[in-house]
Amino acid sequence: MAEKKIRLRLDKLTKIYHTPEGEFEAVHEVSLEVQDREFLVLLGPGHCGKTVLLNMIAGLEAPSSGSFYLDEKEVRGSHGAVGMVFQKTGLMPWKTVMQNVELGPKMAGEDKKTRRERAKKYIDLVGLSGFENSYPSQLSGGMKQRVGIARAYTNNPEILLMDEPFGALDAQTRYAMEDELIRIWEQEKRTIIFVTNNIEEAAYLGDRIVLFSECPARVKEIYEIDLPRPRNNVDPNFLHIRQVIAANTDLAL
Amino acid sequence: MDKKTKKNKFADGSTKYALLSVLGIAGFFVIWQLLVVSGIINSKYLAAPTDIIKLFFVKIAETAPDGNTLQVNVFSSLRVSLLGLFTALILGIPLGWLMGWYRWVDRFVTPLFEIIRPIPPISWIPLTILWLGIGLKAQAFIIFFSAFIPCVINSYTGIKQTSPVLINVAKTFGATNFTIFIKVGIPSSLPITFAGIRVALGNSWSTLVAAEMLASSAGLGYMILMGRAFARPDIIVLGMLVIGVIGAIMTALLEFAEKKIVKWGGRTR
Repeated sequence: MAEKKIRLRLDKLTKIYHTPEGEFEAVHEVSLEVQDREFLVLLGPGHCGKTVLLNMIAGLEAPSSGSFYLDEKEVRGSHGAVGMVFQKTGLMPWKTVMQNVELGPKMAGEDKKTRRERAKKYIDLVGLSGFENSYPSQLSGGMKQRVGIARAYTNNPEILLMDEPFGALDAQTRYAMEDELIRIWEQEKRTIIFVTNNIEEAAYLGDRIVLFSECPARVKEIYEIDLPRPRNNVDPNFLHIRQVIAANTDLAL
Repeated sequence: MDKKTKKNKFADGSTKYALLSVLGIAGFFVIWQLLVVSGIINSKYLAAPTDIIKLFFVKIAETAPDGNTLQVNVFSSLRVSLLGLFTALILGIPLGWLMGWYRWVDRFVTPLFEIIRPIPPISWIPLTILWLGIGLKAQAFIIFFSAFIPCVINSYTGIKQTSPVLINVAKTFGATNFTIFIKVGIPSSLPITFAGIRVALGNSWSTLVAAEMLASSAGLGYMILMGRAFARPDIIVLGMLVIGVIGAIMTALLEFAEKKIVKWGGRTR
């Protein structure tokens, strides 16, 4: 096996908001290394900091201090290297599935034939063949999230950021989507940074789990999960890892 | 009420509800006819529906008492109200979009707009006469004001409600603020903008009579005024009914256009 390459490096990223009530620190000096083709899970309680951290990596928000490096080059502001899958799916309701999926390359000015071919490939990959001309309002929650995943992949991102993508789904759909995601990831082998507040989901998906503290978000512990895939969530080893992480997790009130 | 029955009709796909709508209209006219024929209401004050239908056909050929045939009046009114309405759409909707999207436009224009907004359109009539005299331009100007306000307010509110998630999606694809405005903001605002157009359409048509008081020589409002001058209630009622029917037709056309454009079914109300 080739040596693990570091794709993304965060160096003491901090985010402080200035509100009328005073300063509010959401992220505190987070330093992390993300390896190439890794499935990294950011796990943390409540609503503190994880989304902000992702937004900073995506270039949607500027860090208050600290920096991050993509392939050892410092990055600032918006850049096309990451794709993001949002919790609230973020599909344009006036666009069909196909038009949503091809959005990234379309905005980059790619010609219609190439971008449609690639969009089609990912629509098929997420299992939505035949729904190309449907509008999001005609799809179920799980299907919408599949469109979101296909859209992110179609833009050929080097790193895929996923912000609690399955948070709004019912338990059954959620399990199914987790398996789907692993299948797609194994086929495409792209680096994924996945945010969740669900310990079981984290242990089921991640190569590594970064556990964050309650506000402000800071790295508490990093766990390597070397269970073979597909994982079994009633396997004693799995349950043990789950317990260890749960015992170390702050309670979100 | 009319709207509700219409919706049900589409939902059930049955003709049962369409029949109810027809019955409602027919019942109204039958009662009206009976009231006039039986003499409960003197025909000097209100003409019977059958007389109005007769007058409708007579008026297509005859110019008495107001000096124009019915179609000349209809054409004249349509010209005035559509001129006012379209000017309002063309200026009002983009202004609302810009105010809603760019903060500096908002800060610059909104205070002024908030002062102009509560002024009733008809109170512009005296100034309009001073500025534009009387005639087509002056009338269209009054109608413009009645339609302009809802266009601005709705396109402003609509684009303000653009989901931040959608904006972030476009940003991660490297879109500029202007691209996001065009590709995300404007489509997001369309359902609410269309609601504004519907209000504007209603306003432009209902301000018509007031606008045509500006010494016009043709138009449905003018015909109604002449009906009063010549003590001809049948002319007045014919004018009112034609205004009502054309208004309903225009609303239906707009709803048709809305369904074609906002075909993702995202009517936010």
